[in-house]
Amino acid sequence: MKDHLLLIGKNVIRMFLLLFFVSAAAFVLVSVSPIDPLQANVGQAALGSMSQEQIEKLQAYWGVGVPPAERFFRWASDFFRGDMGVSLLYRQPVSKVIHIKLANSLWLMTIAWLLSGAAGFVLGVLSGLKKGSWLDKLIKGYSLLIASTPAFWLALMLLMIFAVRLKILPIGLSVPIGLEAGEVTVSDRICHAVLPAVTLSITGISNITLHTREKMIDIMESDYVLFAKARGESSRSIVKNHALRNVLLPALTLQFASVSEIFGGSVLVEQVFSYPGLGQAAVTAGLGSDVPLLLGITVISAAFVFGGNLIANILYGIIDPRIRKGGARA
Amino acid sequence: MEESRKEKKVILDIRNFTVSFEQYEKGFKKTGLPVIRDLSVTIHEGEIVAVAGSSGSGKSLLAHGILGILPYNAALGGTILYDGEPLTEERKKALRGNEIVLVPQSVAFLDPLMKIGPQIRRGKKDKASVEKLNRIFRGYELKEEVQSLYPFELSGGMNRRILVSTALMGNPRLVIADEPTPGLHMDMVRRVMGHFRELADKGAGVLLITHDLEQALEVADRVAVFYAGTTVEDADAADFRSEETLRHPYSRALWRALPQNGFQFIQGTQPYVKDLPEGCSFGPRCGRCSPECRGEIPYRDLRGGRVRCLHAV
Amino acid sequence: MKRLNGRMLTVLSFGMAALFLVSIAIAGQAYAGSALETDFSRKNLAPCAQYLFGTDWLGRDMLVRTLTGLSMSIRIGLLAAGVSSALAFILGALAATMGKAVDSFITWCIDLVMGIPHILLLILISYALGRGFKGVVTGVALTHWTALARVIRGEVLQLKEAPYIKAAQKLGMGRLLIVWKHMVPHLFPQFLVGLIMMFPHAILHEASITFLGFGLPPEQPAIGIILSESMKHLAMGRWWLAVFPGLLLVLTVVLFDMAGESLRKLLAPGSAHR
Repeated sequence: MKDHLLLIGKNVIRMFLLLFFVSAAAFVLVSVSPIDPLQANVGQAALGSMSQEQIEKLQAYWGVGVPPAERFFRWASDFFRGDMGVSLLYRQPVSKVIHIKLANSLWLMTIAWLLSGAAGFVLGVLSGLKKGSWLDKLIKGYSLLIASTPAFWLALMLLMIFAVRLKILPIGLSVPIGLEAGEVTVSDRICHAVLPAVTLSITGISNITLHTREKMIDIMESDYVLFAKARGESSRSIVKNHALRNVLLPALTLQFASVSEIFGGSVLVEQVFSYPGLGQAAVTAGLGSDVPLLLGITVISAAFVFGGNLIANILYGIIDPRIRKGGARA
Repeated sequence: MEESRKEKKVILDIRNFTVSFEQYEKGFKKTGLPVIRDLSVTIHEGEIVAVAGSSGSGKSLLAHGILGILPYNAALGGTILYDGEPLTEERKKALRGNEIVLVPQSVAFLDPLMKIGPQIRRGKKDKASVEKLNRIFRGYELKEEVQSLYPFELSGGMNRRILVSTALMGNPRLVIADEPTPGLHMDMVRRVMGHFRELADKGAGVLLITHDLEQALEVADRVAVFYAGTTVEDADAADFRSEETLRHPYSRALWRALPQNGFQFIQGTQPYVKDLPEGCSFGPRCGRCSPECRGEIPYRDLRGGRVRCLHAV
Repeated sequence: MKRLNGRMLTVLSFGMAALFLVSIAIAGQAYAGSALETDFSRKNLAPCAQYLFGTDWLGRDMLVRTLTGLSMSIRIGLLAAGVSSALAFILGALAATMGKAVDSFITWCIDLVMGIPHILLLILISYALGRGFKGVVTGVALTHWTALARVIRGEVLQLKEAPYIKAAQKLGMGRLLIVWKHMVPHLFPQFLVGLIMMFPHAILHEASITFLGFGLPPEQPAIGIILSESMKHLAMGRWWLAVFPGLLLVLTVVLFDMAGESLRKLLAPGSAHR
């Protein structure tokens, strides 16, 4: 147990280091860009609505005369204190923009994450158990097909069928246009999140299914399942006692590792459905050269990805007796 | 010995048993790869019979074939009679884990994430199962706490007893031990073999599959020597006391390779299934090989045992 | 006729997939000129015998546009995947052979790349390079090497400990000779499979990033551009603008996947069975 805590501690430190380097890498990338963020946004009069202090700060970040390393450390230390700078497009503090957008996106991503995780697990287990059967072929075929389908095209197709043709679901935006924030009901929110969430779930399933299937096949071909069979355990008992128990751990890791994919998928899907979430904000920021916002979103999403991995590691230590009870003696 | 063998009932009778796998040759030709080509062995109640052959020769497939747990691309041939009746796949399914049990070679055959107790009880929690396991554990001087350990927490000394315990949850009449003592010290081997002797003395037939002739001779009543997919000799364990009482040149070579007989190994290696010579598979390594050995070699009775060699007398 | 067995089917499907992909690449290239041809006398035509995929609001033939876009996608995919797999090979091999410091540095880089969602990293890289062709290729190349690099690293580490390599070292065989004679032949199949398995991802990501507006410029008939333009016309019921180009893109990716999968099967050591 003590070893495990130590391991978690190491992982946490590692995560923060990685996060630091991610922001450094992202900073380097936006700094070498030939696109000048201030120039690009002058036409938008974004600067006009900012306070003098804000503009000075901006110029300090992106203006000439300050060495890149120093620029980075100024930005990073502000970031660390919670000041992510001011978005050039939204003319609001980046932290506020991210807060609003993330709240919208979290709805989508959580639903998609849970749905695709649960469905992917069940399908993967079934498929792996019945390897070679028509059910397996169906599930595998579906997964491979979806894995080959770009998320944005799937989103387009669903949009066309359900919103344009059948007109049963709205075309876009997270809430009906022209409504005050207070008038938006939960059912409105759900209505507008259905299509994006479904798209994200559908695309998320395939990876989890395929990996769970592989694991399941490995398990069913393992020595311990062979021995369980030799001991006369029924297929049901083997699934219940051995297969599910052993597939759960890798599935959990996979589920938390899929955070990155869901994040990536949400960028595309939100764009198609004009869903005002973090993903759409990332695209807007990238196209509109809103460097502070782009950097902020990158760091936040990386934090989610690393956080997911960290949680997986911690859970592993709690669930797996080989780690919980201290190093395997092999 | 011969007398007592006759009185006891035959529990397992394997005749001309074959196992082959479907495989692709070069290009697109699909062929059967015969790993076991002709294996015959008989086990009586209360008897330990060893099938000895070098590692990697496919001996484990015999165990898996009897239990009905071969992979789907394996094809079985020959006959297996259990208790006088053909051992069909349905019977295998019904009997395995109860009357026919397997003792695997290591704890790697245990589910790493399931505690020992529930695992040996096959997940059953009823009173009878719990008591039975407690009794078995007491018999092997295993503490009850061991039941709540995971396989990775077991010590080397406990491993063997636990693996044998798994066999006792049923009512074994035929115990199949597949390499039960890999890389163990001779003292430990004797103890494990002692467990099998106990099982045999209670009336079960024991099929001991091993690559180690020396270990087999510790407890076995009979030894079937397995070479390149076939049994080449079926001999009483006592026949291994001297070279002359053995029938097949390969058995004699094995005898000479035993430590007490001077560790003399013969030249060459066992041929791979695909490059078998015509006729006697031991021919190329045999000093007595003659042109007739290229033909079919029958498995014939000789001096109370059996041999697959034209020159044996 | 004799029934085809599994291995023949595998070879056959590999051949078919490869043939189809090559013909798309060539056809698209050959018609590249007419992909931009506008003709207002035939605008907004639904799919018919003459224009199988219909025409758009400028009267451009969607079939030709789709083929040209796919051909471009395939070529970009090949280029990016080629660069990426070369990168993976070099970094993987370096990590395994150049000692602990290099190894942990490269492993660190892999974690770093994996830490940012792919699309976001693509956006960043594309932004860094001022968008356009260079941005896409570099972006895709820089985001796809991680998995293959890990595989190569693992393989080389294993090879280093292999008895026959150790024996060759003892026999005084030169380092480079060992690498050339014993390591490369073993690694090559892995590398090839990794490369081909990378294509579908590369193509999908190129299309995605172009769709978002970070990839190829709008005057190019890239698949991402075609689909992103179609969005404005979907509400008017011009479904064909999105359906067919997308389907053909999916087909292309599936075929690449199939080709990679069958190659993997053929090269895998265990493929003799079944």
